Amino acid sequence: MSARTDVKTYPGFFAITLLCMVILYAPLMVVTVYSFNASPSITVWEGLSLRWYADVFTGPESDKFKQAAFNSFSIALIAATLATAIATASATAIVRAGRFRLRLPSLGLITLPILVPEIVLAVATLIFFNSIGFTRGYMTILVAHIAFCIPFAYLPIQARMQGIENTYEQAAMDLYATKAQAFRQVLLPLMMPGIISGFLLAFIVSLDDFIITNFVKGAGVETLPTAIFGSVKQGIKPNIMAISTMLLSLSIMMVTISYFLSKWDNTK
Amino acid sequence: MAGGAASSGSTASDTYAGARHWLLMPSWFVLLIFVAAPVAMMLVYSFLTKEFRGGVIWEFSLGAYDQFFFDRGLFGDDPPQIDWTYINIFWRSIWQAGLATVLSLLIGFPTAYFIATRPERSRALWVFVITIPYWVNLLIRTVSMKFLLRDQGPMNDFLIWTGVIDDPLRIINTNLAVQLGLFYSYLPFMVLPIYAAVERYNFTLSEAAADLYASKWATLRRVLLPAVKPGVIAGCILVFVPSLGAFLAPDLLGGARNFMIGSLIEEQFKGNAGNWPFGAAASMILLTLVLIILMVFARQQRRMGDMR
Amino acid sequence: MTDDTQIAVDVRDAVKRYGDFTALQQISLGIRDNEFFTLLGPSGCGKTTLLRMIAGFEDVTEGAIFLYGDEIETLPPHQRPVNTVFQNYALFPHMTVLENVGFGLEMLGQSKAAARTRAAEMLELVQLSQFASRKPAQLSGGQQQRVALARALAPAPKVLLLDEPLSALDQKLRKAMQIELKHIQRETGITFIFVTHDQEEALTMSDRIAVMSAGELQQLGAPRDIYELPRNMFVADFIGDTNLLEVTVDEVTECRAACSLDGGLTLSCEAVEGVRKGAQVHLSIRPERLVLSETATGADSLRARVLENIFIGTDIATLLVLDNGSEITVRTSNSERGSKRIFDAGQMAFVTMERGAARLLRD
Repeated sequence: MSARTDVKTYPGFFAITLLCMVILYAPLMVVTVYSFNASPSITVWEGLSLRWYADVFTGPESDKFKQAAFNSFSIALIAATLATAIATASATAIVRAGRFRLRLPSLGLITLPILVPEIVLAVATLIFFNSIGFTRGYMTILVAHIAFCIPFAYLPIQARMQGIENTYEQAAMDLYATKAQAFRQVLLPLMMPGIISGFLLAFIVSLDDFIITNFVKGAGVETLPTAIFGSVKQGIKPNIMAISTMLLSLSIMMVTISYFLSKWDNTK
Repeated sequence: MAGGAASSGSTASDTYAGARHWLLMPSWFVLLIFVAAPVAMMLVYSFLTKEFRGGVIWEFSLGAYDQFFFDRGLFGDDPPQIDWTYINIFWRSIWQAGLATVLSLLIGFPTAYFIATRPERSRALWVFVITIPYWVNLLIRTVSMKFLLRDQGPMNDFLIWTGVIDDPLRIINTNLAVQLGLFYSYLPFMVLPIYAAVERYNFTLSEAAADLYASKWATLRRVLLPAVKPGVIAGCILVFVPSLGAFLAPDLLGGARNFMIGSLIEEQFKGNAGNWPFGAAASMILLTLVLIILMVFARQQRRMGDMR
Repeated sequence: MTDDTQIAVDVRDAVKRYGDFTALQQISLGIRDNEFFTLLGPSGCGKTTLLRMIAGFEDVTEGAIFLYGDEIETLPPHQRPVNTVFQNYALFPHMTVLENVGFGLEMLGQSKAAARTRAAEMLELVQLSQFASRKPAQLSGGQQQRVALARALAPAPKVLLLDEPLSALDQKLRKAMQIELKHIQRETGITFIFVTHDQEEALTMSDRIAVMSAGELQQLGAPRDIYELPRNMFVADFIGDTNLLEVTVDEVTECRAACSLDGGLTLSCEAVEGVRKGAQVHLSIRPERLVLSETATGADSLRARVLENIFIGTDIATLLVLDNGSEITVRTSNSERGSKRIFDAGQMAFVTMERGAARLLRD
């Protein structure tokens, strides 16, 4: 159909979409390109080099970044794993356990960390740990991350579970499976794409978090975002761009996995 | 058979009704203790007396709220006058977040529409491309934006090189930079709900409008927009609410003159200059604002649901 | 069949309520061993609810269900020796066809190898052996349907429950599957309880049919009885096409009843228990049991004017209006065109019932 007769097409929308893409990608591309800059100055281009990547691992700040990376990844891994397990159990209760009085309050509680502005949650968590006299450090970050990762893990899992008709479990039970067997052998395998997406989302959200971590971390405990932020406050340096590029690649890798997972519909 | 399909093909079931409380226990435990209790504790703190080196004295006080709204002079004994300092910071935040939302809508709507009208096979790919930046660390994105927009940054270099401008544009530390930053942070939140609404939209309605002599723009305004309005409103809320409490974009791109709520709150808990009860009170006010917006939104969505 | 035939499923005063809504009013019926039994009715009549109560997916609000003498209504589904063919098949998408068919046997504690062997046999029965290692999504609708059947039959259930299993298939395939299902039922000797809203399907396949409406059992009987001797308006109207005439019963003798229609027309028909003199009831006459003629052939011949003829392939339907203004349809078999006259629109004709064709309905 030509654009003149197609009621769907609006002139200019394609151009705006392209503009949108440019705005979204230009900053990331520029940083990626400049991370390979040989110059110690961020304004001058002196040719391709990997020196700033080497600097991240061996330079004067490398110990700080290594420790921060270890903290970030270990926290993200533990928080995402626990949040995913908790979210899977909750989704089963909310989608597969009938209607009950605590159902909607539970759903509200689970989505609460998304509804409350991040800075408010950060303040609240700081005040809470302070008031119970909990020393701020690795553990406080971990606990806070588990809590706010739950809704991010929950939403894809619930969406997936709602997409699976309950006749599969009924068929399993009709064929002599107990409820536990029906869950393990039928529901759980069918849920897998949702569970993995939920895990990846929680992992990235934990890795990404700056505000809450910044509030609840103790002195001397840094994650990658807080370390980068501290560094950027003194001006953007090339090694920051190298770290950014690495993290960016990791995120893109994970989102690609999640994209293919969403196309993997094992109920078809 | 409709009745049979509803009962046999339903996805809500009560298969695990017996275990429901066990299944919910972990999330209740974690979220009540580490989310609900802290918010309650924050409310308590906002009514306590400040300690000068950070922290609080356990004494009831309305001082934090009083400080937010009123000015009682240097020694606190003048008659109270409304103090616009903090109200203005809130007002500016609302304004900034609102402009960022409008910017996101102006660019996000055509983008979402364009994507939703692609052939089905390429649609998922477009959505994927739009969401990738969202998955990249927010801090890294904001830093990238700062790097790109700097006075001697690549954008100005490029524009001067092409001869579009002679002197570098000064964008960093302006409102525009903050709005661009917020736009960049939350754009997918605008695109995705609109995309979902347009994808569900029945284009026969547009054809019917065109058949009844509506121009393209009349069709857009009179038929399409009302149909996808819930998606548009959802998108606006999803951009506006996090923009309101944003910290990174105003802090890194806006500079001192473009102070927003997030920075005001953060300042109260950093270093020794902090005032915890005041920070808690400002957080409570922000939270109340957000909850009001969400409640109005929820009511609106329910009303629209009734209309269908 | 005789009374001493064993009862497979005995539903006693079963009631199903969802809150205030009663989905199933007190219902009692006995389904015999080896029987192809059909629950027939429109959407929301409670037939699927009853089936799911037998399977164990809905609990029984009141009453009891017995399976070969054992009370089962409190057992969970996985402890009931009945299997279901679901409307949408519910084949496990992450398992192969063979794994699907073997699932029930494995759950019953058989070894994987034994389950596989039996599953392979079942696939042979439904002629799908070559698809054993495929995933359900790679099969056509008809093939999926047969896998679902094989899966439900594999554990050799005492009763097989089928919830509108053919509704997703196209017309041709459905007809073929109807015959195949009937064959398999005879071969295996398993009691089938079949749910459908398609009256033709029910008439074709069943040994007995329970017609349901609004949560109540309307009539239980062999297909022929249901069709020819409907008990009430609902059954007469729901099964096949019929002419319903409002009549007043003038006289009831031993086995005949004289009735009068509006406008002074009279008819006589067989008496029905429970319909007395003076009752205002409906009379059902199947259109294919009416004959058109140029002149009155008996006392019960009614004069009518032809409105139009509708060609339906096997038959020709003639729409007429009686002298009292009621409309009536007559179906004439297409093959008998030579012997029976076809009247043109506007012509006058006489309508005569075949003997025993009219049926008085109690309500």
